[in-house]
Amino acid sequence: MTLRQIVVPTAAMIVFLILWEALVWVMGWPNYKMASPSDLVPAYDRYWALFLIYGWQTLWRTVVGLLLAVVVGTAIGMVMGFSRTMRDALYPLLVGFNAIPKATVVPIVALMFVGAHDFNTILIAFMISFFPIAVSVSIGLSTLEPEYRDILKSLGASQTTIFWKIALPKTLPEFFGALKVSVTLAFIGTNLMEIVSPHGRGLGHLFDSGKTNSDYPLMFAVLIALGFLGIVLYYVVVALEKIFAGWAERSTD
Amino acid sequence: MVKRYESVMENLIDIRGVRHAYKTASGPLPVLDGLDISVPEGGFTAVVGPSGCGKSTLTKLIAGLLFPDDGDVFLQGKKVTSPRATVGMAFQNPVMLEWRTVLKNVMLPLEIVPTQLSRTEQEDRARYLLALVGLEGFEDKRPSELSGGMRQRASLCRALVHQPDVLILDEPFGALDAFTREDLWQIMHQVKEKEPFTGVLITHDLRESIYLADQVVVLSGRPARTQFVLDVKTDNRDIEMLYTPQTADMLSTLRKQIEIAQGRSPAAGDAT
Repeated sequence: MTLRQIVVPTAAMIVFLILWEALVWVMGWPNYKMASPSDLVPAYDRYWALFLIYGWQTLWRTVVGLLLAVVVGTAIGMVMGFSRTMRDALYPLLVGFNAIPKATVVPIVALMFVGAHDFNTILIAFMISFFPIAVSVSIGLSTLEPEYRDILKSLGASQTTIFWKIALPKTLPEFFGALKVSVTLAFIGTNLMEIVSPHGRGLGHLFDSGKTNSDYPLMFAVLIALGFLGIVLYYVVVALEKIFAGWAERSTD
Repeated sequence: MVKRYESVMENLIDIRGVRHAYKTASGPLPVLDGLDISVPEGGFTAVVGPSGCGKSTLTKLIAGLLFPDDGDVFLQGKKVTSPRATVGMAFQNPVMLEWRTVLKNVMLPLEIVPTQLSRTEQEDRARYLLALVGLEGFEDKRPSELSGGMRQRASLCRALVHQPDVLILDEPFGALDAFTREDLWQIMHQVKEKEPFTGVLITHDLRESIYLADQVVVLSGRPARTQFVLDVKTDNRDIEMLYTPQTADMLSTLRKQIEIAQGRSPAAGDAT
């Protein structure tokens, strides 16, 4: 990582904060209309312990939901990638399922598994984020050049060998592309559960209590904290991608 | 006139009266209808014919990836009933595993075919082949750093690394520019000298077939049968041989046969 790669994004963020502050100042908005970055500092200062606790709850449940999405999404993608019949059968089901707004699923899940808050939250995070993974893995597998298959099959390789040696590594770039989308989706899922069906956990709950107590700067502070967690998780995926699928990157020199 | 070899044993590859049809929604689509090809050990046979006449189906039959509806394919006198490790393949699209180095790509077949070679010996063999095709110094490069011609050379090494009895080349030079193609033709001769193989070359290029092969088989249009067999009687494997009157005669013979195969010429049928 070069200095440039750190300085440029940091500078962009500072410029963003300055513009935000200036906008609120120029428009003369009170903090219940729109809090400014300078309002956030006291909010973080006052509630930093809560931010740590709730932030952790949101983070681990998002990550577990995401891991579940990776496992199940990859499995569904493999089934659809290898079998045309299964692809034809599952595609409309998946698209239909994905089209249902997850906000409407939250109360249903909350009723189904009353009190199982962690489970419910993870379930929603999973449901909202597995779709891109399943689609990308299935496309990656089904677009495997027939030449690969012919070369290995003519040598007597089994279907399993072809999968491990070629299909799986070849799908990794598509997989990571989808995972980047899924990371942010999983956060949306976690917070949907935390806000729509409050159970006193996670940053969603902190947001909710800010709303109840008319503590508007706190609400904005939660949004920024969520954005921060999203950035962290996104770059974890980027780092993993560099390790496992770095070969797919065209060298720029 | 179609030549027929009676003995199975004298030839490494024997394709006899092969018929094959693909099953499609609108009924069976016959692609091969009476194919006879014999390649002696160490021979190099080129197969030419109008496009879509089932040439690629032929490579799959030899590799044991497909089985004929009728007729037989023999390798070393034994009927082909399953894929054999004794076949090496190179295609027009020189697919490489982009996440592996060139060397590791070439070594891929050795990971699947049972081999007595130690790890070091395997690597030495791959390095030797890469040097043979002029890719010395590219062993640790990624495939994306190679040009089209270089990829095709590497894919040739991969097809040969496990010392197959049969090398199947499915239009391997089709997508290359004319100069690179001639380069690779010459490399093919160098390789065959050092690493003798029995070859089947599918091609659209009549000059290529005469320069590389010792036997050229012309297939008729779909469904394909063996229409004509030309023996290339020359020891001259210099690229200059393409410009001798003898070659010009062979080219014109082949061209006429292709025209018959395409149905553009009044069926002179079996005229040799």
